[in-house]
Amino acid sequence: MSATKTLFDKVWDSHVVHKIQDGPDVLFIDRHMVHEVTSPVAFLGIKNRNIPVMHPEKTFATADHNTPTINQHLPVADPLSANQLRMLEENANEYGISYWGLGHAKNGIVHVVGPEYGITQPGATIVCGDSHTSTHGAFGAIAFGIGTSEVEMVLATQCIMQPKPKRMRININGKMSKGVTPKDVALFIISQLTTSGATGYFVEYAGEIFRDMSMEGRMTVCNLSIEMGARGGMIAPDEKTFEYVKDREFTPKGADWDKAMSYWETLYTDEDAIFDKELTFDGSLIEPMITYGTNPGMGMGISNDIPMANAVQGGATTYQKSLKYMDFNEGDSMMGKSIDFVFLGSCTNGRIEDFRAFASIVKGRKKAANVTAWLVPGSHKVESAIKEEGILDILTEAGFELREPGCSACLAMNDDKVPAGKLAVSTSNRNFEGRQGPGSRTLLASPLVAAAAAVTGKVTDPRELMVELV
Amino acid sequence: MAYDKFDILTSTAVPLPIENVDTDQIIPARFLKATERVGFGDNLFRDWRYNQDNTLKEDFVLNQDKFSGKILVGGKNFGSGSSREHAAWAVYDYGFRCVVSSFFADIFRGNCLNIGVLPVQVSADFLQKIFDATEADPSTELEINLTEQKITLLSTGESESFDINDYKKNNMLNGFDDIDYLLNIKKDIETFAENTPL
Repeated sequence: MSATKTLFDKVWDSHVVHKIQDGPDVLFIDRHMVHEVTSPVAFLGIKNRNIPVMHPEKTFATADHNTPTINQHLPVADPLSANQLRMLEENANEYGISYWGLGHAKNGIVHVVGPEYGITQPGATIVCGDSHTSTHGAFGAIAFGIGTSEVEMVLATQCIMQPKPKRMRININGKMSKGVTPKDVALFIISQLTTSGATGYFVEYAGEIFRDMSMEGRMTVCNLSIEMGARGGMIAPDEKTFEYVKDREFTPKGADWDKAMSYWETLYTDEDAIFDKELTFDGSLIEPMITYGTNPGMGMGISNDIPMANAVQGGATTYQKSLKYMDFNEGDSMMGKSIDFVFLGSCTNGRIEDFRAFASIVKGRKKAANVTAWLVPGSHKVESAIKEEGILDILTEAGFELREPGCSACLAMNDDKVPAGKLAVSTSNRNFEGRQGPGSRTLLASPLVAAAAAVTGKVTDPRELMVELV
Repeated sequence: MAYDKFDILTSTAVPLPIENVDTDQIIPARFLKATERVGFGDNLFRDWRYNQDNTLKEDFVLNQDKFSGKILVGGKNFGSGSSREHAAWAVYDYGFRCVVSSFFADIFRGNCLNIGVLPVQVSADFLQKIFDATEADPSTELEINLTEQKITLLSTGESESFDINDYKKNNMLNGFDDIDYLLNIKKDIETFAENTPL
């Protein structure tokens, strides 16, 4: 009867409430995450229509985008940020939505706390007014970012109207080499596909390299799906996934767990299923990555030289404009370039494994004097683990301070802004012009590369600092 | 919220021949702090329009008096990056009703359609013709005919057709929005919700 299906088809098709001829599908949403920046106009919309939130129990609000990362116990100084945070709290209270605001024990970046508390589950449809919602695809969920009009749609009807994306599978076999992390795998893929190479597609990541990754590693990979234009990315759930999800606050228990498992165990791509596009890479060839330009596709192995304009996809004018902004030249090596800031954090790399990786390099070393380092845990839960595992002691000993959770310098909506002209090595997701503050220059990299830069004060191959660990 | 109806738009265009224009350029994150949909046009392309001391960057296209109109023409992969609908609001609030490019990022395209800004995707060749024509003569007009799904360079009469699904086309032509549609099938949604496994 039913044809073979991809993982994506299985989850999507089972959530279609209604199909519109030559139009979008009406897709039912299982989990809606809400934050302070993209929700106020949506709440205003339902208020004006005089309609309630249809499923407040499927809606979860957390404050993260413009929260300060120091002195969170004090009132938020910026009146505009304070206003947005207050609006979120008021809206959550008015509509009966759970709210993990500033100071709440469960507060943190929406894409970090969702998985931590089991809001994120396999086979679910998950949306949020934030493009890095793709993170939750690590669990075999269909998760993607939406605009504010769509936030309003979901608040009002628990549905969204979306044309079904095409299917792409990215296969990578082989093992990650020394010094290579899931972030490098993702930056490698984006460098191969460009920032628009997966536009119109929903990506499934398959192969040994992803199977071997921890859940946190998979989250980092899926998080960056949007940076190659994909609507989202997902990885079929396996024992690792079920083990991670089990016994978290919002995951099903007892008989409900068994029922959920019987659904989750069907979530894989059938053997003969067809993808609209399929790409294969050899994972053993990936090295630690770094970006040199103003979009995440402008990345390369850290030991390479910046490509010549005539050797890259896309227009030379745009490419040269980008290098000019970065104050780099074609053919430059990145190694040894002096840096000013290091940012460890964000929904991409703000989890405990990222802090462990960072600590593994800085242990027994000292922060370089020319570097300002912002180490920002993705949530209070991550912050607690950093302290409990003794990582904070290592960081403190090396001259680093730990800040409080939030999105922070990833998009610099709070005070964590990299000054104009300064060069930052960041574990976040975007190196767009001015992303980390007006005039700031960003090099995207893994926590290992960030740590190597933090202790040497320049772009450094982390493998050089890992020698004694072999 | 219903929005303006869109049928035929005839206007001069503002050319921005840069690829991968991301939403952080269209509207930087520090201007996303409003709680109502007002005033975003002032900060459209903020850091390309203004120096850090708030003086104008004279060479940026929006600061050149010779270029104006309701159509923004951008390079390939326009609107990449974040899901912020504020980018589409800023485009609208500044006065644009249509964005033309050879390729759009998904979320930006969807956001535009949801607020009544028409994204028109043309071939790379046609895009180049528009850039050449508008830069040579900024008074060059484009006609966007939604009913016929056709974009015409009026100076030469050259035209191309563009895609839009029937559902969204009907919404744009009539100023309908998705929530009205969804509320109309609320019973189906409620029934569906009762049977979801999660």
